[in-house]
Amino acid sequence: MRRTVGALLRKELLVELRTLESVPGMSLFALTTFVVFHFALNRNVVEGDLAAGILWVTLLFAAILGINRLFVADAEEGGFDGFLLAPVDRSAMLLAKALTLLVYLLVLELVAVPAFALLLLGPSLGHALPGLLGVLALGDLGVAAIGTLVAALAVRTRARDLLGPLLALPLLVPIVIGGARASSPLLTMAHHAGPPARWLLTLGLYDLVFGLIAYALFDFLLED
Amino acid sequence: MPACAREGALEVEGLARHYGEREALSEVSLSLQQGRTLVVFGPNGAGKTTLLRVLATLLRPHGGSVRVLGSRLPEEAWAVRGRLGLLGHEPLLYRELTARENLRFHARLHGVADERVTEVLELVAMERRSREPLRTLSRGMVQRVALARAALHDPELLLLDEPHANLDPAAVELVAPLIGASSGRTRVICSHDPTGGLAEADLVLGLRAGRQVLLRAAADVDPAEIAELYR
Repeated sequence: MRRTVGALLRKELLVELRTLESVPGMSLFALTTFVVFHFALNRNVVEGDLAAGILWVTLLFAAILGINRLFVADAEEGGFDGFLLAPVDRSAMLLAKALTLLVYLLVLELVAVPAFALLLLGPSLGHALPGLLGVLALGDLGVAAIGTLVAALAVRTRARDLLGPLLALPLLVPIVIGGARASSPLLTMAHHAGPPARWLLTLGLYDLVFGLIAYALFDFLLED
Repeated sequence: MPACAREGALEVEGLARHYGEREALSEVSLSLQQGRTLVVFGPNGAGKTTLLRVLATLLRPHGGSVRVLGSRLPEEAWAVRGRLGLLGHEPLLYRELTARENLRFHARLHGVADERVTEVLELVAMERRSREPLRTLSRGMVQRVALARAALHDPELLLLDEPHANLDPAAVELVAPLIGASSGRTRVICSHDPTGGLAEADLVLGLRAGRQVLLRAAADVDPAEIAELYR
């Protein structure tokens, strides 16, 4: 299993490095969105609920771009068939794709979070960073599980570009709500407390539930 | 003697497969012994590719019974994967990866050593161009890499859809040790070439609109009968 996941992950990252089809697009989208918010809100700085909302909504829509492209090379170049012909556990593909999406999200956040702090965020990011990283990590796990599931479902349909976001957005909304609520206290001027445990727990449970759903359903999505 | 040798490499009885309302295969029955070659003829849309994909475990049969290398499909498909090699219309290779990267990827999936990758690349004379992205290679070269991919894990059964498409005569000779009769593998080949196909075949299957219209030993088939299938 580990060997198979490693081979799939290596292939995914090599293809992305050669094509640069997902991560640069996701990052540019996030940067552009922050600039748009900057002018649309007519504010130089934001904090609290507004800051958390802007950050999470932007990350969500940027993630959708990556989710939509996640299985495209496999569908268009026969990668599914090549994988299905091999005597390997099919869950390896779920794990490898989720890890790929996780890597994309990490790179996206490496670009987007500092840019957000520079362009929009009022309070200093320094104090908030450890807590924010934890919240982002929990959110990313959920996005990776749901994104992989939805992408595998949508990619075999003709309307995959439309179906992917339509299916993903409602499922990802609880992550945005949980992520924003957990981040909000970290992004206030008078930041004293860490992220609320209630919302961290909600995010963790949501990740677990969708991780298990994805694991249970993935084989059926690959089957004829 | 292994069970699959006793029972034959392929045992198909009354196979049916449909896509929605459309019947792609109906009442197809055949039996093929190990090491023999079945050549399937038929016009476009006759069901040749569907038959290959059912035998490859990529499509479920909707009727009848199918036994491949002794395992019943779809229930025991897991036992067959890894023992067959498929060359379809698509090369099943990633355009942005090099030939070597593609084959190494498949080698990892099949638990094959990297030395075998070099070996098959040399066999299809692609070693020199093996570090160039596939998208920069000609169709014939991609076909050679695809054939190397299909035979990489030394499968017992080869399922080949027009394996010589895009290959020049020299390349056809080049790939013969991998996919030809001399490889000793059981083969199912889809072909539109009556002369070349009959020369390869032990058994001939003719399909038209998903129905079996010919099943006979190759020695008893007249090329004119094959030509008739396309009229």
